[in-house]
Order: sequence, then C-alpha cells, then structure tokens
Amino acid sequence: MLADFGFGILLVTFLASLYSIVASLYGHLAHRPKWVESARLSMQLTFPLLTLASLTLIYLLVSGDFNVKFVYEVTSRDMPTYLKVTALWGGQSGSLLFWSWLMSAFATAVTLRKWERDREFLPWVTMVASITIAFFLGLNVFFENPFQRFWQTFQGVDAYTFRPANAIPFAPEDGRGLNPLLRHPGMVIHPPMLYLGFVAYVIPFAFAIAALITGRADDRWIRLTRRWSLTAWLFLSLGLVLGGRWAYDVLGWGGYWAWDPVEIAAFMPWLTGTAFLHSVMIQEKRGMLKRWNMILIILTYSLVVFGTFLTRSGVLSSVHAFAQSEIGPAFFIFIGVTLVASVALLIYRWDSLHAEGQMHSMFSREALFLLNNLLFMGILVICFWGVISPLITELVTGSKVTVGPPYYERAAGPLFALLVLLMGIAPLSAWGHITLKNLAAQNGLELEKRYALAIAKLLWKPAIPAVLVLIGLLAAGITNIYALIGLTFAALTASITLYEFWRAARARGRAQKEHFFLALWNLAGRNRRRYGGYIIHLGVILMAVGIIGIEMFQSETQRSLAVGESIQLAGYTVRYDSLAQFPANDGRWVTRAVVSVFDKNGQFLTELYPRYDVYSDGQPMTIPGVRSTLADDLYVLLINWEGVTSQIAPFKVYHNPLVNWLWLGAFVFIFGTLIAAWPEAEREPLPAQARKTKTVYQPGD
Amino acid sequence: MRNMWNDGFVKKAFLALFLGLLLALMGVGGVLAQDTQPPTDDEVNAIARQLFCPVCENTPLDVCPTEACKQWRELIRLKLSEGWTEEQIKQYFVDQYGARVLSEPPRQGWYWLIYLVPVALLLVGVYILFRAYQSMRAPLPAQEASDPVASPLPASLGDDYLRRVEEELKKRT
Repeated sequence: MLADFGFGILLVTFLASLYSIVASLYGHLAHRPKWVESARLSMQLTFPLLTLASLTLIYLLVSGDFNVKFVYEVTSRDMPTYLKVTALWGGQSGSLLFWSWLMSAFATAVTLRKWERDREFLPWVTMVASITIAFFLGLNVFFENPFQRFWQTFQGVDAYTFRPANAIPFAPEDGRGLNPLLRHPGMVIHPPMLYLGFVAYVIPFAFAIAALITGRADDRWIRLTRRWSLTAWLFLSLGLVLGGRWAYDVLGWGGYWAWDPVEIAAFMPWLTGTAFLHSVMIQEKRGMLKRWNMILIILTYSLVVFGTFLTRSGVLSSVHAFAQSEIGPAFFIFIGVTLVASVALLIYRWDSLHAEGQMHSMFSREALFLLNNLLFMGILVICFWGVISPLITELVTGSKVTVGPPYYERAAGPLFALLVLLMGIAPLSAWGHITLKNLAAQNGLELEKRYALAIAKLLWKPAIPAVLVLIGLLAAGITNIYALIGLTFAALTASITLYEFWRAARARGRAQKEHFFLALWNLAGRNRRRYGGYIIHLGVILMAVGIIGIEMFQSETQRSLAVGESIQLAGYTVRYDSLAQFPANDGRWVTRAVVSVFDKNGQFLTELYPRYDVYSDGQPMTIPGVRSTLADDLYVLLINWEGVTSQIAPFKVYHNPLVNWLWLGAFVFIFGTLIAAWPEAEREPLPAQARKTKTVYQPGD
Repeated sequence: MRNMWNDGFVKKAFLALFLGLLLALMGVGGVLAQDTQPPTDDEVNAIARQLFCPVCENTPLDVCPTEACKQWRELIRLKLSEGWTEEQIKQYFVDQYGARVLSEPPRQGWYWLIYLVPVALLLVGVYILFRAYQSMRAPLPAQEASDPVASPLPASLGDDYLRRVEEELKKRT
C-alpha cells in the first residue's frame, strides 16, 4: 500500500516539474508574470514531495518490506538500521530518486531567496532545474520505479508497478542484502558527496543558460553562482577522495585509484569544473573568456549527467549492455538534446560574448590561466577517450579491448606534473604586472622579455628550497627521473605559495604594526578567495607528493607463510603468528590473522590483523592490516583466494611510501575550499541593468 | 720455431675456449637447475598484473579474487615452471582470449587510433590556444601610466608589494 503511495507521489512530482517547465515558458512568452510565479511555486513543491517519497522509501527499507523489489534487492534482515537507511542509494532506482531529491533541494534553495533581485535570471533557472528534475523523475516513473512490488501470477513471481490481473502480492522471506563492499562507512557517505557535487553543478549551469537566454553578456551569472560552483567542487572533490580512501581500505589491492571507468566518470566533471573555477576569474577581472566559460559549464553539466549515466546504465561493461539497459538510451537522448540546445543558445549569443579585455603577454595571468585550462582539457580528453574508445573499438572491430592504467598514467602523468608547476608560477603573474612596470622604467626591453624577467625576479628566492630538495633527493639515492621532476616541481610550487603568504603577511604586519600571525589571519580573512585558493594549492601539492610516493615507489611481495615464518619487504619483516576463525554477530564469517611487524634492526613495531570476511551470501571482503606513518604504509593482506589453513596462510604485503600525504593533503584541500567558499559580507552585485565588466588592473590581477 | 709456438698457442687457446664454454654451459645448467624450482608468487603476480580476465571487468589478474582468475594464475605458474617467458605467456592468453586481456591494446592497426587520437586532440588544443593568444594579444595600452595601483598611497609604504597588499585590503573593507 505504502509503495503505491510512494509511486503516486513520484507521479505527482513528475507532473509538477513538467508543469513548472511549461508554465515558466508560457509566462515568459505571453508576458504573464503570474505564470512564472506559478512555475516557481510548483518547482519548489517538488522538494517537499520528493522528501515525502524518499522518506516513504526509507521507511520501507527500514521496516524490511520485501514485497517491494528495491527493498529486497538492497537490504536484508541482518543489516543494521543505518545501512538500511543508506541503502536508499545502494541500488539504481533508489539512487536516481535520491539524485532528484537533492536536485530539488538545491533548486528550491536557489529560488527561495532573492527572487526579486534576480528576477531576470531566476525564472529561467527554474526552468532548467525543472527540466533536469523532470528527466530524472521520468526515469523513475517510466523505467526504474523504486516502489515496484512483487506479484505472484500464474506465470510465476515478477515485479510490477501496477497489480496484474489475478495476482496476489508476494514477499520473499529475506532480502538479498547490500553488496558487502558497500557496507563501509566510506561507501555510505561517498555517493551522497558525489551526488551533491553533481547536483550543485546544475545551478551554475542553469544560471549560465539563463544568461544566454536573456542575453546578459557580463559576469553577473558567474558572480551569483560563485559559491554554488565552489560548493559543487568541494562536494565532488570530497566524493572523489572518499572513494579513493574507500578503495584503499576495502578493495584489497593496495591502491586508491584504478582508472576504472566509473571513477573516471566522476573525475571528468571535476576536471571541467576545476578549469571553470579558474577561468571565471579572468572573466570577472578582465571581461575575457566569456565564451569559453560558457563552454566549460555546458561541458560540466553534460559530464555530470554523463557521469550519472556511466555509473548507472551498465554501458561500461559492453555496448551490448547499453542496448539492454532500459535507461541507457534515455540518458543518451537527454545528454544529446541538452548539449545541442545549450550549444545552439551559445552560438546564438556568440557575438555578444566577445572579450572586453586584451592579453598583453604569454606570461600574463590570462595567458597562464588559459594554459591551465588547456592542461585540464588535455586530461579530460585522455580520460574521455580512454572510457569511450573501447566501446567504439567494439562497435567497429567487434572485439573488445581493455584501456587500463598504463594508458592513463603515461598520457596524463606529464600533464599533471605541468599543472603542479603552473600552480606555482601562475600566482606570481599576479605580481608580474607591477614588477613589469618597474622593469620597464629601468630599461626598454621587449614586453615578453620583461614579463619573463619579472617572473624570474620573483622566482629565484622560492627556487632555492626546491633546488635543495632536488639535491637532497639525489643524495638520498633517488634516480627515478619522473619522481625527481615531480617532487622538485612540487617543492618549487609549495615554496612559492608559502613565500607568497609570508611576504604578504610580513608586509601587512609591518604596515599595520600587527603580529605576523595576526597579519596572516587578517589577510586570509579579507581575501578568502585568493588565500583559500593558495591553501587548496598547498593541499594539492601534499596530495601530489603522496601520489608520487605510491605510484613511483610502491613495492609488493606475496608468499604463503607457515606459522612463525616471515617475509621481508622494504626493510620490514612481517611474521605470521596465528589465525582465528569466528562468526561475527551480523552473519559474517571472519578469518583473522595476527602478524607481527619488525623494522630492519629486528625491533618489534606493531601487531597487525589482516582479515577477510565472508558474508552470509558468500561474498568475500578483504580487509588489510595497515601500519600507517607519515613516511609510509605497510599494508598487509590475508588473501583468501589462495586457500587459507591454520597452518599455512598466503599474505600479500605492500609498501606504500608517502601515501598518507595524499589523505593529509585532502584535509588541507578541503580546509582551503571552506575558506574560499565561506560566506562573507558580500557587496550586493550591481542590480539588473547590463553592466560592463570594467577592464582595469586591480591588485591581484 | 715461431710457428711451433704459434701452433701451441692456438691449441691452448682452443682448449681454453673449449673449457670456458664447458664451464659456461655448466653454469647455465646450474642456473637452469635452480629455475626448476616452482616460480614464486611474485613472479606469477608480475605477469598477472598486466592481464585482465574477460569476466572481471577492470580488475587486474593479480588481485582478482574469483575462482577463474585463480586458475589463470595457476596457469601462469605452470607455464613459468615450463620455462615460458613473460612475452610467450602474455601472447598465449591473447591467442586464447583476444587482445582484451592486455592492460592496454597492442600497438597495431585500428588500435593505433586509441593512442593517437588524444595526442591529435591535444595538438589541436595547443593550436587553438596559440591562436587565442594571437587574437587576444595587444600591446600594453597607454593608460598603463595611470594605473590605479600606482595611485595615492603614502610613499612611506615603500615597496610595491606592500602597496598592493594594502590596496587590496582597502578594497575589501
């Protein structure tokens, strides 16, 4: 009964979102503000409705109503309640509902306030958001109804939305339960973070489309959605990092990122989103790159839907899966239509989006930001092609190929290294301009040379620590050329960034007679965007160090050990002490080994407990025992797949140098994003009349 | 006399060479004898890491827990113990199951596209960027002289950097 209620709500919400689209269009075309207002209200109605639908589904999940197919598929009696709640996004139909729910929450939040101020944009924002919500709800209503129930007919048991003739409801004894791999706290919050990131990107896209439709060529849409873009970016980054951490903890292959197409699907909107985050600054400051920013946000939106599509449709395993998947073609059509419509709008407004400013040098901030965008786009192309080329190959040649990690690492590695370097140099160009003037006064050099000189002048002091790091690395006997390049770039960029902080704080401290740290605090507080950005950069550098550590210097070994025997790896000795097998209270069968870890002097370090759990449905899960320090992780796996007895057990040991810098960097990164996105008493953007972006040089340009 | 010595030298040289070869062969034989010990897990994994079984999408063979993959690893172990090289073993799996078992496609025929398209697109990107630089390029305008940054601030503040920082904070407050 409750399931029918839930489906009824979905249907009503779907109709409300369709009405919202039609009413906002009609209101505009017929100049009837009441219709526009009605569209807004009906769009806002979707949020309480979808909340009700989601709560209904959660209630069904928690109460274990296995008559509902979705409940049967993702829960079982022995699951704890919190997992039953989070099972909402543990399967396809539920996660689509969850997507729409988040989307309607964000869209409502946007249109609830400041409607009068943004009267120009918001009706169109309503329409774009409603189209998106309507699409995802449509998937739920027509293809993937989470409220489908099992019915017993003469033909047997099957799931239907509506009761077939002569059918009686059927409820299995117990559900299949959530995939054990997904029963991890990281997996519980990883999908919502990704979804929040995905959904939040719809907001800047909606404003961009509104700007295209209304013909406003200035940066107002960017200023209005700056915080939304940052929020989206924050959540997407969080989602990616949590996913990596989850993989590291649970998947049992000693890594955090496998270049799996599903990972890449979430990574691609992040790439365009990051490029967007940078290039909008050029439009805000200089009135340039207007078309490019439009292209970036349109791409981001398409990739968000594409990402949801890739993870949901099953297209990745094979093109044939795509044909079988019911929602595959729907996604394909939706992405196609929205992309074509957006691009058509962009072309329509192309001429009005001309650049107001001009670029003066290859070393100017604008030029370096463009280079940044090129690198991000380069990585995007590599990722996109890596995901779709096996599908194209299968279509053309009929045979399948794997495009695996070596392809991505070889192609994207150098681009990442360049990005790290650019991250250091680009902020310098902010000051390059004024130093340039001084240099110009001193001599009559050519512009390019002056810029280069200005940057060199700013660069030499921070370069000293980088050179010292390089010498230290060489002295330590590191000969891997890629690691040397990567770590030197990282050191240089870190030192430039820290130097920027130090210089600014010292200057302010001297002028305002403030203590150094107070000055630092005030600086960061006053220009959160820049200094938050620098902190993000520092976080990325820490992450880069961790990534270089594990990618370049990871070592591993595997052997079957009898009790008392040991294996050596990277100066560590791991001794197998004992093994225990016991049932856990949630139906798992746990096999847990005890191993002792010694350092190279034979000093006892710690005990680790690698184990594997077999769930009641036979699904195994390998949990490593990890000794973590800032220098390295010793990651010990008891590998169930080779047959374990109490006498002999196979172990796989990974030595992952510096990997914790990756997680540490992620914290710094998130801290920086929070600083950059933290609300400040913002001057209201200028009201409605078209305002030309002023092309003046402001500090920090 | 000299000839005789020469002959003797040649004979000795041949003998030395013969003995050397014999020793070398014995040495190799010894190594071969050692190699008949079962291959280690690490040797198996080193090859397995580069292979993907057709069933387990995107999971490299060395860490795949399924029964089928376990059998593949045993097969690698068997081939290794029979003295097959890494290349032969990989080729064996390619012959049996197609190119998809490799972690990246072989560089031949159609598969070249997989490698070349990103490079081509990247070059197009560089070209577009270059054009963008050129089209947006302009000499420094004359108004530079009256740059707002250079505008009234106490001369006591000294260096440009400090002035910029202060200017910025003023703007923000």
